[in-house]
Amino acid sequence: MSEHSSVAAAEHPAVLQHQFDDLEQQMDASTLGMWVFLLTEIMFFGGLFAAYTVYRAAFPEAFAAGSLHLDLKLGGFNTVVLIASSLTMALAVRAAQLGQRKNLVAFLAATLGLGLVFLVVKVFEYHHKYVERLIPGPNFVFEGPHAAQVQMMFCFYFAMTGMHALHMVVGVGLLVYFIAKARAGRYTAQYYWPVEVMGLYWHFVDIVWIFLFPLLYLIGHRGAH
Amino acid sequence: MSTVWTAPPAKTETNYLNESYGIKSWLLTKDHKRIALLYLAAITFFFAIGGFFAVLIRLELITPAGDLMQPETYNKAFTMHGVMMIFFFLIPAVPAVLGNFLVPLMIGARDLAFPRINLLSWYIYMIGGLFALYAMVAGGVDTGWTFYTPYSSTYSNTQVMATAIGIFILGFSSILTGLNFIVTIHKMRAPGLTWFRLPLFIWAHYATSVIQILGTPVVAIAIVLVGLERAFHIGIFDPKLGGDPILFQHLFWFYSHPAVYIMILPSMGVISELVTCFSRKKIFGYGFVAMSSVAIAVLGFLVWGHHMFVSGQSVYAGMVFSILSYLVAIPSAIKVFNWTATLYRGSISYQTPLLYALGFIGLFTIGGLTGLFLANLGVDVHLHDTYFVVAHFHYIMVGGAIMGYLGGIHFWWPKISGRMYPEGWARFSALVLFVGFNLTFFPQFVLGYLGMPRRYHAYPEEFQVLNVLSSAGASILAVGYLIPMIYLIWSMRYGKPAPANPWGATGLEWQTPSPPPSYNFEETPVVTEEPYVYSHEEAEVV
Repeated sequence: MSEHSSVAAAEHPAVLQHQFDDLEQQMDASTLGMWVFLLTEIMFFGGLFAAYTVYRAAFPEAFAAGSLHLDLKLGGFNTVVLIASSLTMALAVRAAQLGQRKNLVAFLAATLGLGLVFLVVKVFEYHHKYVERLIPGPNFVFEGPHAAQVQMMFCFYFAMTGMHALHMVVGVGLLVYFIAKARAGRYTAQYYWPVEVMGLYWHFVDIVWIFLFPLLYLIGHRGAH
Repeated sequence: MSTVWTAPPAKTETNYLNESYGIKSWLLTKDHKRIALLYLAAITFFFAIGGFFAVLIRLELITPAGDLMQPETYNKAFTMHGVMMIFFFLIPAVPAVLGNFLVPLMIGARDLAFPRINLLSWYIYMIGGLFALYAMVAGGVDTGWTFYTPYSSTYSNTQVMATAIGIFILGFSSILTGLNFIVTIHKMRAPGLTWFRLPLFIWAHYATSVIQILGTPVVAIAIVLVGLERAFHIGIFDPKLGGDPILFQHLFWFYSHPAVYIMILPSMGVISELVTCFSRKKIFGYGFVAMSSVAIAVLGFLVWGHHMFVSGQSVYAGMVFSILSYLVAIPSAIKVFNWTATLYRGSISYQTPLLYALGFIGLFTIGGLTGLFLANLGVDVHLHDTYFVVAHFHYIMVGGAIMGYLGGIHFWWPKISGRMYPEGWARFSALVLFVGFNLTFFPQFVLGYLGMPRRYHAYPEEFQVLNVLSSAGASILAVGYLIPMIYLIWSMRYGKPAPANPWGATGLEWQTPSPPPSYNFEETPVVTEEPYVYSHEEAEVV
């Protein structure tokens, strides 16, 4: 083991951290670290989903009524954008594994672009809600039954999509960092896995949206309409 | 603190303490051993603040009338006591100090898997602490450490936001510590160190880490929702607007009951090490002790509703929670029985760490058994929110968690500081602590059973004798905490230099010099046998 490690360390003196014996151990640790972090994230969003579920079950009409005020087209468009960004992210990981620096930068940049499109659309959606006075708080106005409960639905809408958007912003920041490093040639076919570990995070944030979209946008559009 | 540590050492070899000097070398360190000491200084500071509020509480309760403080001030005093002690001391105490120091050493690694994240966790802790300190000087907070809604979200006019932000931030330091431990224990064990050769300290910290990463984010989101409700006046937990205050209690206790096990499990790991070392005997039932840690972590997530028997939750849910709570007694009892079986016919030497361990076993048993009273639906209606509850959880948290913490600090002090502590003073203070603790908290069982509610600054006159006993005990307890603080600091400069293995203990951490070099081991150790092979060794305790 020690012989093997000294060989690996000699090949990659710059990237092997001192606490690890070899790059394989470093890769295993980083990957497991990200999975454990994502477990934490699942519990974090899980608390929100649990609270949402409780109130959705208690006030189904109000949640459906609130859902009708969400922009299904923009939400659907954003869903497609995020799924596409997962594809480009997966292609970026493959480019990294093959040591194709140009492709890696291109796919990371595409992912970044799609992430930014998502965030811009989200800003427009939030702005619409502001204009329609659907932001929870003293200025909230909703004409119709169950106004207080509809306000609560919008509270969950903003808490859940806001928390998701915050994760997107972090992901965009990570992408900028990775693009800069990839352009500088930091990642090679042997040292590709930081891209993969970051990709895990990006896919996770996408998957959260896959759950948010139907729970928030689609529940009002069942049958009756 | 750090300037004291940089005093010139007696030894000439370089170790992690004298390798570099100056404030910067400490504040930017990525060495898990130095980060452990940063945590030690920080949690000692917050422990002192929490202790200060405890003094205020016990002073107020000497007399039945509310003569020292206004009721509002008293509410703030017990809230700040709870917040400081639970979030800023008990939860990080053993994992962040002893765990940080020992996990890599015990598994033969050069550091934790993510040293930078380890340092980051300390800074996150300090930022959370600054928010809590700001809340304290800006007027305090009066909701109780549980932040129950709708009082915390709608009505309280105190510094709920700043405190909540502080605890929210703090949570991430706990998550990152747990994440680091899990990855390190999985991926960085020395060759030959299989899972069932791991020290029980490691098993306990693994179980603790699982709770930290799965529980903490849930309380974080609960705090976010309370913050949103306060900031925007929306009604997630406000019944007037259709919200449900009980939902907050569910989210809060989903973390905060397992958090009790974050406090006690690492101390249990310490006790396992101490008992086997000072009875010079292999631990009895290694596999059972290891698995009971995991069982406690898993069961801990299924019992939160026992805090809510009188909150209006469904009686049927209450019955299930009651039965599940009883189940926690099984792994807890497995530990206690195995420790006593280890002591049985052991070659026992009554060094200070063992005194703390014996104290732990006795006090934890009382705390655990009284927990069964409270897990009973019918009895809990009588005892809920009385001093019986206060006494019960102090037996677990102070009698259990802090005894284990202090026992561990003494046991590994020679390794941490390279110096021996004065044994006579240490034994004396361990006894003072034991006496002071029981005098403080045993009368509270009686008070609670007689019906004295918690969280009031005044009480009927018939309770005065027991309250005076409790306050008198608290003053003895305070002396018991002060003596170790003094002699441990003293020993850093004047203590006898410690050999590599002063207790003749097994475990990889004793195979490296005291204090260890920055890289921990000259060569990565290879493990060829099970832990705690004490029977072949002669007792060579200094």
